Amino acid sequence: MKTQARLMLLLLLAPALLWLVGLIVLPHVELGILSLRERVAPRVYEPSLAQFATFVEEPLYWHTFVRTALMSIVATVITLLMAFPVAWTIAKIARGRNKSMLFVMCLIPFWVSETVRTLGWMILLRESGVLPALLVSLGVTPAPVEMLYHDATILVGLVYTSMLFMVIPLISALESLDDSLVEAAYDLGGNGWSILRQIVIPHAAPGIVAGCIVVFMLTLGNYLTPTLLGGKNSQWFTEQIYTQFITRFNWEQGAAFGFLLLGLSTAIVWAGLRLSGQRFGEVMQRS
Amino acid sequence: MTTQPDLQATRVAKHYGAFRAVDELSFSVARGSFFSILGPSGCGKTTLLRMIAGFLEPDSGDIHIGGKDTRGMPPNKRPVNMVFQHLALFPMMNVGDNVGYGLARRGVAKDEIKRRVGEMLERVSLPGAQEKRVDQLSGGQKQRVAIARSLVLEPTLLLLDEPLGALDLKLREHMKIELKALQAAFGTTFVYITHDQSEALVLSDHVAVMNHGRFEQVGTPQQLYYEPQTPFVAGFVGANNRIVGVASEVNGETLTVTSADGLVIPARAVGQVARGAAVEAFVRPEVARLARNAAVLADAGLPHFNARITSLLFDGANSAVLLHETQSNTEFRIALPQTGEFADLTVGETVAFGFDPQRAVCFAS
Repeated sequence: MKTQARLMLLLLLAPALLWLVGLIVLPHVELGILSLRERVAPRVYEPSLAQFATFVEEPLYWHTFVRTALMSIVATVITLLMAFPVAWTIAKIARGRNKSMLFVMCLIPFWVSETVRTLGWMILLRESGVLPALLVSLGVTPAPVEMLYHDATILVGLVYTSMLFMVIPLISALESLDDSLVEAAYDLGGNGWSILRQIVIPHAAPGIVAGCIVVFMLTLGNYLTPTLLGGKNSQWFTEQIYTQFITRFNWEQGAAFGFLLLGLSTAIVWAGLRLSGQRFGEVMQRS
Repeated sequence: MTTQPDLQATRVAKHYGAFRAVDELSFSVARGSFFSILGPSGCGKTTLLRMIAGFLEPDSGDIHIGGKDTRGMPPNKRPVNMVFQHLALFPMMNVGDNVGYGLARRGVAKDEIKRRVGEMLERVSLPGAQEKRVDQLSGGQKQRVAIARSLVLEPTLLLLDEPLGALDLKLREHMKIELKALQAAFGTTFVYITHDQSEALVLSDHVAVMNHGRFEQVGTPQQLYYEPQTPFVAGFVGANNRIVGVASEVNGETLTVTSADGLVIPARAVGQVARGAAVEAFVRPEVARLARNAAVLADAGLPHFNARITSLLFDGANSAVLLHETQSNTEFRIALPQTGEFADLTVGETVAFGFDPQRAVCFAS
């Protein structure tokens, strides 16, 4: 009986294990080996840290690296600030049909692929696009303005893509907040701001952190949105990785960059958890 | 100089569409008293309480608290605090911060908050509990923290929204006594809402029985119990046997009620009852007396009836029997005396019961 139960468990876990080992662990081991070797002659490789040395020595690489991290943090913060009122409305104010309607409205953009959505932004924002033409016809600008290829454009695209992933954990965190806690705080003399700070945010903290982790990781690893909306100026670190792998065919360098990005996201998520005093397991349970 | 009431409501009304949740209520609550609003769920008592707290604005009428008109005054500016049904302690704060929350919001200095929180926790018999987390407290302790959190602000009125509802029976009995003692010790005016008549009767100086957005009767617990003014109060407060019939004879205050099944009982009329009018009569289980021999009742000058016991309801001190009157087959519930005289009653046995007509009340319906 016992062996049978164990076999059953193993069979049930098999797909997950295959996925984990085959698609995540093995490629990373392979990439790890790749990143730690150097080509000294055709088809001759030696173990070395040269790839990482290049990263440190070449300002473009680590500038891009830092810039990607900062932009991702900014995008995450903006997403949080924009998603919070939306989640509050859906969780606490809307009732019945309105509630599901609002939620579906958050979901609808995701029925379209990210490429199409991003191209939609390009149609709106490019020099010959809808928005510049509208500004000209309203007399705001004398000639059409190029709205693509700015940092702000990248942020708009990233925030738009990430909203849902912030809204969902926030809704579940806010829905579990007992309304009478807010009323009690109000009754005892609290005002809107102090209740938000002392009651709502501490209660929703795991949801906020979960949403921020998901959005930050998606943003940091995003390739399409920065490339299409930022063009050549975007300088996103995933583009560097792409270039190394595909254009330069320098897999060793690409693998090293990949590991650097992994290290970066891990470090920032860890710092975020430390700063907010949350525990990873608890946060993931809530999201 | 007469002392001004702490709470004065004048023709307060609240409608939801055509539904009158609170229907032009006027009442006042004297300073330092324990006032209960007792009613079944959906009678409008919660709506009324939320209007006093300031979470709802009345459609019409005025609420004066401590002599001040509260129209347009938000909850955080009212001299009123509320103990919520599920207490609503802040789980993200420890006990000390919970109790000190209101003081901190008022901008009281840290040392002062610490001192007053310490004093307040001592007064509710939780000295030194400041550092405890809310989930480490028992049900009764949470209750005391919730009350301390409100009373530390020295409100004119403390509102309590069925705070005992979530507790188990034993603790509820204990907390009733504790609440009454706390109110007496602090002298703060308490307005307590409940659907549990026992809570209202035990705790209150005055009780208002509420139904369909109106007060049926306001009075001391004794008045409500012994002199109900409406059939609803007679039926809702305490247990009662209800007999529907017509007033077949009227003799001053005393009249004779004849039910459709042919039961004929004497009762005392409350208000005007005309001969032939449809009436409801109420006989309390503890007002009726049982006897194995009808002669005992006859000697005492009580009207009496024969009945067959259909069920024994043993509940310690609250034990009762269900019996059917022999002629009309009307069901009665009658309390068993504590003398042990009737401990050996059996189902199917025929006994006699009688009652003092002055203690059976009757209303025109």
